[in-house]
Amino acid sequence: MYAFEYHRPTSVKEAANLAGQAEDIKFLAGGHTLLPTMKLRLAGPANLIDLGQIAELRGIERSGDTITIGAMMKHAEVANSAEVKEAIPALAEMAELIGDPHVRNRGTIGGSIANNDPSADYPAACLALNATIITNQRKIATDDFFQGIFTTALEEGEIITQVSFKVPSQAAYTKFRNPASRYALVGVFVAQHADGARVAVTGAGSNGVFRVPEMEQALSGNFAPEALDGIAVAEDEMNNDIHADAAYRAHLVGVMARRAVQAAVARG
Amino acid sequence: MTTVSLTVNGQSVTADVDPRTLLVQFLRENLRLTGTHVGCDTSQCGACVVHLNGQAVKSCTTLAVQANASVVTTIEGISQGSELHPMQAAFREHHGLQCGYCTPGMIMSAIDIVNRKGNTLDEQTIRAELEGNLCRCTGYHNIVKAVAAGAQGMAQAPLQQAAE
Repeated sequence: MYAFEYHRPTSVKEAANLAGQAEDIKFLAGGHTLLPTMKLRLAGPANLIDLGQIAELRGIERSGDTITIGAMMKHAEVANSAEVKEAIPALAEMAELIGDPHVRNRGTIGGSIANNDPSADYPAACLALNATIITNQRKIATDDFFQGIFTTALEEGEIITQVSFKVPSQAAYTKFRNPASRYALVGVFVAQHADGARVAVTGAGSNGVFRVPEMEQALSGNFAPEALDGIAVAEDEMNNDIHADAAYRAHLVGVMARRAVQAAVARG
Repeated sequence: MTTVSLTVNGQSVTADVDPRTLLVQFLRENLRLTGTHVGCDTSQCGACVVHLNGQAVKSCTTLAVQANASVVTTIEGISQGSELHPMQAAFREHHGLQCGYCTPGMIMSAIDIVNRKGNTLDEQTIRAELEGNLCRCTGYHNIVKAVAAGAQGMAQAPLQQAAE
């Protein structure tokens, strides 16, 4: 790991000020992507700003048809939250599927979303649950936020403070894991909202997380697995690697989407 | 250098560290607590698992400075003098180790599983919860037996559980 200056602010304002003054900064959330990347010397920020001591980045709150989660909430905290389990059980279940118990005790929702790993689970949840990404500067609609692998709408020095999810009437997430890394080879999050269904896919797309409009249209009319019969996603936009070729991934998108709808309907 | 103050196995520790010092390096090299191992050094194998404020974490993927003002428990901190923790005793009794390299992480994870899931654990739960701990010797069979027995043993040792 290359040497860096370490900063431990206790407020978002202080963190933003530090980011504005210091050169070559990275924010440290749970650190479960950034620290391994720094150990490999693939990242070497001159200044590391640890968000771990900022109380205002924590908390989970339900208000009407939205549930708002602080950016520094850990995966285990979301998975075990009574509010999340009651409002959006699919989101709690998704958090429980990330990594392993030790990873879930450190990794955070804000970190995952800001990183936008093409195989991460949270980006799919954000898209399907029509989330709003709230930063220290503005609110960003989820459809504008994810802009391709490891790329988001965040500006340099901008800090995610909260993520606000719309509570759906029905939702589920199914994940086909890479048996070695346990990351999503294909993960599909489906959600039925008052204004229609949303289907988001992670792991599969060569340009990161994406929605499937044809599936959404079919499910908006009839939220049932058979509504997806005959709908295929294009192979040419799928990842193609030693773990799964593009045709297999495209096929899995359909399978996992049907299973997700089935699970959502079974939950009621 | 950055000052870090934390409690390790019940003792207060303060040190000036290079901020890039990993928690596992700090434990092993500064405090000479070499029971916590580095296996893969890539957040996968779980040989480095310790408890940070009562939760199992991978100390190879945590900076020592992130543990400032926290309470850390390592494998060295769970026995009562020469009396093994019930989970350690169960690993010995059920031959839950061969080379022993993964064992400290396995035991710290196992105690964390019991803290979260209770004292009666079925095989499926134990195997799923040990996802973040790799063992290259045993095939896991006796580890799973040891964790189930250790979980029961912890129910019979309330004082030790409280100390942990």
